[in-house]
Amino acid sequence: MSKPVLRVQDLAVTFTSYSGGLLQKKERSIRAVDGISFELSAGETLGIVGESASGKSTLARAILGLIPPNRGRVMWMGENLTALDEEEMRQRRKELQIVFQDPVAALDPRMTAGDIIAEPLWTFYPNMDRVQVDERTRGMMKMVGLLPNQINRYPHEFSGGQCQRIGIARSLVLNPRLVFCDEPVSALDVSIQAQIINLLKDLQKKLGLALVFVAHDLSVVRHISDRVMVMYMGQAMEVSEKRALYRRPLHPYTNALMKSVPIPDPKLAARARRESWLKGDMPSPFNRPKGCVFHDRCPYRIKRCEADVPALRRMESGDWVSCHRAEELDLSIRNDSSDAMG
Amino acid sequence: MSGKTDKNEIDPSVEEVFAAAMAEQDIPGRSLWVDAWQRLLKNKAAVVSGIIMTLVVVLVVVGPFLLPWEADFTDWDHTSSPPSLETGHWFGTDSVGRDLLVRTLEGGRISLLVGLVATLVSLLIGVTYGAIAGYYGGMTDRVMMRIVDIIYALPFMFLVILLMVVFGRHIVLIFVAIGAVNWLDMARIVRGQTLSLKNTEFVEAARACGVDHAAIIRRHIIPNLLGVVMVYVTLTIPQVILVESFLSFLGLGVQEPMSSWGALVNDGAQDMETAPWTLIFPAVFLSVTLYCFNYIGDGMRDALDPKDHL
Amino acid sequence: MKPLLEVSALEVEFDTPDGVVKAVNGLNFSLDEGESLAIVGESGAGKSQLVLAIMGLLAENGRARGQAIFRGADLMQMKPQDLNSVRGKHIAMIFQDPMTSLNPYLTIEQQMTEVVIHHQGLRKDEARAKAVEMLRAVRIPDAEERIRQYPHEYSGGMRQRVMIAMGLLCQPDLLIADEPSTALDVTVQAQITQLVAELSEKTAMSVILITHDLAVVAEVCERIIVMYAGEVVESGSAEDIFYRPQHPYTRGLLESVPRLDRAEDRLHAIPGNPPNLQDLPTGCHFRDRCGEATERCRKPPPLWVAEGGRMSRCVLPMEGGRLAAGESVRADEKSTSATAGEPQE
Repeated sequence: MSKPVLRVQDLAVTFTSYSGGLLQKKERSIRAVDGISFELSAGETLGIVGESASGKSTLARAILGLIPPNRGRVMWMGENLTALDEEEMRQRRKELQIVFQDPVAALDPRMTAGDIIAEPLWTFYPNMDRVQVDERTRGMMKMVGLLPNQINRYPHEFSGGQCQRIGIARSLVLNPRLVFCDEPVSALDVSIQAQIINLLKDLQKKLGLALVFVAHDLSVVRHISDRVMVMYMGQAMEVSEKRALYRRPLHPYTNALMKSVPIPDPKLAARARRESWLKGDMPSPFNRPKGCVFHDRCPYRIKRCEADVPALRRMESGDWVSCHRAEELDLSIRNDSSDAMG
Repeated sequence: MSGKTDKNEIDPSVEEVFAAAMAEQDIPGRSLWVDAWQRLLKNKAAVVSGIIMTLVVVLVVVGPFLLPWEADFTDWDHTSSPPSLETGHWFGTDSVGRDLLVRTLEGGRISLLVGLVATLVSLLIGVTYGAIAGYYGGMTDRVMMRIVDIIYALPFMFLVILLMVVFGRHIVLIFVAIGAVNWLDMARIVRGQTLSLKNTEFVEAARACGVDHAAIIRRHIIPNLLGVVMVYVTLTIPQVILVESFLSFLGLGVQEPMSSWGALVNDGAQDMETAPWTLIFPAVFLSVTLYCFNYIGDGMRDALDPKDHL
Repeated sequence: MKPLLEVSALEVEFDTPDGVVKAVNGLNFSLDEGESLAIVGESGAGKSQLVLAIMGLLAENGRARGQAIFRGADLMQMKPQDLNSVRGKHIAMIFQDPMTSLNPYLTIEQQMTEVVIHHQGLRKDEARAKAVEMLRAVRIPDAEERIRQYPHEYSGGMRQRVMIAMGLLCQPDLLIADEPSTALDVTVQAQITQLVAELSEKTAMSVILITHDLAVVAEVCERIIVMYAGEVVESGSAEDIFYRPQHPYTRGLLESVPRLDRAEDRLHAIPGNPPNLQDLPTGCHFRDRCGEATERCRKPPPLWVAEGGRMSRCVLPMEGGRLAAGESVRADEKSTSATAGEPQE
């Protein structure tokens, strides 16, 4: 494994809201990101999976400096991004890019596709002449699978999948080293999802990018990731190498996520009965469970889980998990018909 | 393989279509403004109002040159005479014998000019102020908006009278006075829009691409505000014209021999019983203009449907 | 046994600034009592529009033609008041985003009891009891207390369950769910899909599930209709569609679903973009994205049929099927769809 380009160390973001009247101010805080650490090397893809309130989108923005973190460091190529001022950070954006979840909302409806892709060029290379900018823009369009003659069309004239391609082209036009994909396919039809995932994978290989791919679905992330991190309520439950995770998840929440993926097979689906594996609903971020943040919904919990917060620790396999019972539980996905996954 | 295929020929294969398309002309885009414009054209009330307004503007600008009378020419033979074709005074004359048609048209020039210029002043100040307050937020926003609130609380007439007293009844002062008070509403509206625009994904995307604040305001915020601003402008113009009329009513408006529709209405109101035409004609012009701007404004608001932009 | 809902020759058009757009083009299907049917297709395939047309909920610039016979009466010909009462009492509809379907200013109790009081004339306390019972049926914890809360105090998944509960209050014959779990978290999606599947099995209620995600369908539905560009391209039982898909589009959809139980390095994607309804390829509308398209596909594809509503609209022959009346596959003979004896193109 080559040297890591990105090192996130104990990153935390807390949102505080104030309520109450004039005399009595009540402060409530949400720990959206609660101490996340990971490393990423060039050419590697980290998949981050989590449901709503897991903090995955906040994490993306904190790493990219769009939201200031309350704690922790983000080391990029050996430099601490959290210590930079606004202007210095702005310069680093050439190397750290992001693709957004809502492909249409991420594009200014009053700008043409060409202008949207060219804007980063105008920003960082104001001396580039028109012809060069035009050439590069068309080149990017071709690279992401768009016909260059669409360059003067507006976002509302494109389909969702095409808008996402425009967004990807924009993020790559400055030759970044890292691209954060924040649920880039969640808003797209399943058949188009596959196209975009394949595209990202191809681009990564071609350009040697480090990718972070955020999704709410384990199946989506599988094809593109080398390692997968599972987040819940702002914390990392498990960080495992892909094949290991899908064969034998270490954390009960990962297991629950896997069981939630619908199986496109009527006989298997009937047998699976993806029953309420998880008790109840996601707790309110204002009322975090004490101890292990997952314990109130965990089918494997023991007394200890209610009071002790499990640390993210390294297992023999080299993967990380935060669960008191990680060694004794065997959550392997079996391939016989008796098991839910089939 | 050329880009064009004969309708009767068998269509080329997919790869050839792609290659042909690559060599083709760029496809022109259809911007949201064009969409909105087309929608506006379907709104009959707005279109009719637009036509009427254009006519009024043409009349008002060109008309006085075509008429034989000067605005301040007093025709002693025909004072307070009703409209007639024989006398040549199609709108009649006022108590001093001045031709009402010419006066109405020239008054229109002043009224419309006040409307446009004062609105322009209010636009420039209001949009800049509101966009900065909304975009930077925090303390800047709070301070700036408190200033707006304070000025808002001051009695408008008091300010205008004060300005008049200090600087005299100059027409430019009227533009400035009205504009200087009107920008407050514009600032509030622009600030509100900026706040919601600030939180859109495409603005966040621009920040993520390293675009600096000034460029974001210039390139992303302001163009997306224009729709709302334009609607507001069409509604502000009539408001301003009315304010000027009110000032004239109080005797603070334009000075003789210049006149505005408001001043004419004021004069006409005094002679209402003996020479009703002196009131009716300017009043009709004033009302029609106000109606038209309002219909156009409504039409624009519908055409720039929020579903489209944000 | 007569079907509960029988739709024939349904067409839906919209007036847009760019001209008339045909969202649904000659659709036929039927639904029996207690049956669960899925309508699957990409966005823009017309699946939502067809249901909105049947229910009389089309946007102003939309027009619908055809028949939708529900319990013996044609919904498309009904007067608005009659349609309204059918909508509340016999057919319930659930949409994608539960937050926009619920009034944020009213409590859940108010919104649920309003439905029951209006359609069944119950007293307030009776209505409340019924509402609580229904909330329990959809597994809302502490239903008695939570019924007094406002929509924003519920999570997305819970709101969707409330919508289902509201729909069930009047014991409808048919529940139409339009992408009910698409906007929800995966674990919540599983719960909602589970719930709909149970309801379909345990009650005599029929279900129409509209979605672009074939995987969800496998769990809930007995029959499936696959739509593309406003037309049905394939239909059959769940087993037919999943194990013996005939139409290249159906196969493409199945292959592009990422699966956890198979090791795949590369996802299969259907090339190209969802069709532009105003600029469809002539003949088979799918041919510009189909890996098996040939010269013959420039003509409208023939209809293959078999028992139980199994059909496929493609030049490729369907296993176990025969050509529908009036259809032909010879390249020199142009084929039309549906009625025999219609003049050739």
